Amino acid sequence: MRLIKKSIERDMSGSVTLYPEEPEDMWHAFNLIRPNDIVRAPAIRRVTTESRTGSTNSQRVHTTLTVSVRKIDFDAQAGQLHINGQVTEENKIVSVGAFHTLDLELHRNFTLIKSEWDSVTLGVVKEACDAGDRAEIGAVVLQEGFANVCFITEYMTVLRQRIEVPVPRKRVGSTTSYEKGLQKFYDVVYQSITRHFDFSALKVILLASPGFVADGLKDYIFLTAVQTDYKPILHSKKKFVTVHCSTGHIHSLNEVLKSPEVAATLANTKFAKETKAMEAFFEMMEKDEFKAWYGPKEVERAVDKGAVGTLLVSNSLFRSDNVAERRKYVRMVEEVEKGGGTSLVLSSIHESGIRLDGLGGIAAILTFPLHDLDESDTEEEGGEVEGEKGKLEEKVVA
Amino acid sequence: MSRHKNIRNLDPYAELDDFDGEGYDDISESDERRLKEGLTQVRGTLGRAGISATDKEIEESLWYYYFDVSKTVNYILSLHTPAKKPKKRPQSQFTQKDQKGAPTAAQAKAFSEPSPDDIVMAAQSGSKGLNNAKKKTEKPVEKMEAAVQAVAIDNAPVKARKRIDVLEEFKKTKTKENANFVVIGHVDAGKSTLMGRLLYDCGVIDERTIQKFKVEAEKIGKSSFHFAWVLDQTNEERSRGVTMDIATNHFSTASTNFTILDAPGHRDFVPNMIAGASQADFAVLVLDASTGAFESGFQNNGQTREHTLLARAIGVSRIIVAVNKLDAVNWNHDRYIEITQQMGHFLSNAGFSSNSLSFVPCSGLTGANIVHDARDKLPWYSGPTLLQTLESSKPRSRAINSPLRITISDVFRGGIQNPVSVSGRIEAGSLQIADALLTLPSRESATAKDIEINEQSSEWAVAGHNVTLHLSGIDIIHLKPGDVICSPDSPIVPLNCFDLKILSFETITPMLVGIHRGRLNASGRVISLLESMDKATGKTLKKKPRHIAPGMLARIRVEVTLGAGIPVEKGNKLVLRLGGKTVAAGVVE
Repeated sequence: MRLIKKSIERDMSGSVTLYPEEPEDMWHAFNLIRPNDIVRAPAIRRVTTESRTGSTNSQRVHTTLTVSVRKIDFDAQAGQLHINGQVTEENKIVSVGAFHTLDLELHRNFTLIKSEWDSVTLGVVKEACDAGDRAEIGAVVLQEGFANVCFITEYMTVLRQRIEVPVPRKRVGSTTSYEKGLQKFYDVVYQSITRHFDFSALKVILLASPGFVADGLKDYIFLTAVQTDYKPILHSKKKFVTVHCSTGHIHSLNEVLKSPEVAATLANTKFAKETKAMEAFFEMMEKDEFKAWYGPKEVERAVDKGAVGTLLVSNSLFRSDNVAERRKYVRMVEEVEKGGGTSLVLSSIHESGIRLDGLGGIAAILTFPLHDLDESDTEEEGGEVEGEKGKLEEKVVA
Repeated sequence: MSRHKNIRNLDPYAELDDFDGEGYDDISESDERRLKEGLTQVRGTLGRAGISATDKEIEESLWYYYFDVSKTVNYILSLHTPAKKPKKRPQSQFTQKDQKGAPTAAQAKAFSEPSPDDIVMAAQSGSKGLNNAKKKTEKPVEKMEAAVQAVAIDNAPVKARKRIDVLEEFKKTKTKENANFVVIGHVDAGKSTLMGRLLYDCGVIDERTIQKFKVEAEKIGKSSFHFAWVLDQTNEERSRGVTMDIATNHFSTASTNFTILDAPGHRDFVPNMIAGASQADFAVLVLDASTGAFESGFQNNGQTREHTLLARAIGVSRIIVAVNKLDAVNWNHDRYIEITQQMGHFLSNAGFSSNSLSFVPCSGLTGANIVHDARDKLPWYSGPTLLQTLESSKPRSRAINSPLRITISDVFRGGIQNPVSVSGRIEAGSLQIADALLTLPSRESATAKDIEINEQSSEWAVAGHNVTLHLSGIDIIHLKPGDVICSPDSPIVPLNCFDLKILSFETITPMLVGIHRGRLNASGRVISLLESMDKATGKTLKKKPRHIAPGMLARIRVEVTLGAGIPVEKGNKLVLRLGGKTVAAGVVE
């Protein structure tokens, strides 16, 4: 993403013009744009004209529209962002109040006007425009019979394909059906990765499995690539890394990303930091349960007492439609940073973010132990957790 | 073998097909060469001893001992020493192999030779088993009413349902007891080797196969693995020397038909061990007695500990502890006592009552105290052998009268005649050929075309049997391991979200977990912790705790993250795992 123009007033209202360059930028846009914001972007609108005789004629017209956002929807698979809203500026084609759904496009500027830019959203703009070296990873998490082919970027984990191929078990007297089934399974995975991965663009391709399945797959991939003389794979042979994990489910990515082999190559990437921070939280939970707290109520109290050393917030919380609630979390982040602590905003479509969302989207590692943060109003808290859950459901399905 | 079964169904005269052994291909060139070499060597040795034997005799025995020259010489010597009259080898055991095996074996039937006692015993008990099985299948036929309903199915003709009163039939038939046991323990404790030895000593595996494995295992530098190869059959398992998946094998004694479920010990394959344990009536825990090995299996991350706790959580209540590899510690009595004391303490803490525990000292590699007792090596031990202990273990009670539930452990193509076959344990209820079935969660209907128990065709089966079902009227894509087959009248409703009463092994917070039940392996999420409970009284300690510490009793709510739910019902036992560790075991509420 490139920042084209930024004009923010003293009262923090103002506009930002951005130029999205890659699919991941749509994810940033999704985290920036909130209901009631105003977005100006190029659009295609179908215009129907009726002649005097009553015959109709419809045309697709390119134009620029300005809408006040009502609903926003992100499709991680396709990397598309749909913004639904009401037109606020009249032009030749549309009148004020007409509804339109904008599909943001790559390589076309869009302008976002907010009545209040907070530090977190400005942080997102800064991060999105930071052209550091991007680590893109292809990962296959598998076990005998099923595999998840995913694509990991700085801010997203996108599941490209889920593969399920039945592999018969070994039976007395004959193992041929088992071996045949396994070969077929490898073949399906091979086909899938050649279709979904751009080997030259990826930094690493991780093959992770329990037991020896990943090694088997790696052997199969190179054998087949040599046989079919498939150059892209043969040229990126060094990028294939096999890692151990305990299951083929996608949540094993947590384990994969913290394994030493991977951590060494990807030490400075955002998701490696996020994974490490989540790990530290769970470790603290086991070591000293009064220094690790999760849930909005508890963490808020800890922040008020100035005890938070590291604050972990999922960005799903900042996507809340409720302005007051958004402000609350922004305040917490600012408070912690003011007090010398660190705060990390985790991407909710990374595995570590999903884990954090499971804890209510917010967690904190304290600098000194605090007891009984959850003592009072236990009942009320129950309602809070439910509300949290409802919010999580609107969360995009990666 | 199953393929032959169906040919037999079509052609009543083709029964002999049943004896068509697998894996004995025509003699290969290299085998022929070795046969020649062996022949000259044996001839040389025999000539020195002044004994003349026919080529045929020598070739025969070379083949039997897998080209082991010294064994062949010994055997030929004993054959030609008049003092020791050879016993006649039962034919049924041997002919099947030789028909195809060696071109020289044409006269094998007329050939009499001595054999180690155990082989004879095994062959006898084997043929006994066969007779019994025949009787079993004939009996219901006599009782049967005339076939009435012809069931119309789309893709295969199914025999008419015979309307057998299975429960009645089960009570009447005084067949042997069926018992399934799972073999568990730390990696490299010698589980597969112990079971390979047991099968060999019971005569299920013949001398030639073992000799063959021995030579091949030596070739890749794993000379002590030959018994394990009986169960570790895939190339990968053999070359790595690690069991990866459950191996199922059968053997029978005078009183019981046993099914062995040999579980992998490596920590990556614990899900497979769970699958095995859920099919078992009782467990054999194998311990490595050698110095340091027992301790490492018993440490925090050792599988001795995890397997035992899992087996208990899944519902296995009887456990036999085989203290293995005693040969490596010189049959030391003190070591045995030390291990039994430590284990006894641990097992009673884990919830095994003392009368459901037995300890047996043994050695899988040497075969001591497995089938044959070893008083010379274990003068301090006077208890039963491993086999005797197995025989005295009664299977757990079975819910025969409940509605049918089968958890599928494998889906495969049984052959041309049976494109869709599944295997699994009948957990509850009973079924017979031509019964209508419902598969879950796919909600497809199917018909049982044929039922096999221990590779033998049967008219019916009841809870406790590990069966192979050949299905018709269903496509294979609707079935996967972990699915449940039930009767259409009382189906399970697949659940997406359910409450569990758990015993925690690790700290539990709301988190992502793997849900295991038999072969079922689904990804799920702990969405809320409902309450923690007092272990003794079951009273609520704290509502909505923040986390649950290891070793606590608690109630939690779990959600399945993918798919249309999993087929579980109240009372089912589940295991939750994360990051290669078992975090909790629980019961569905």
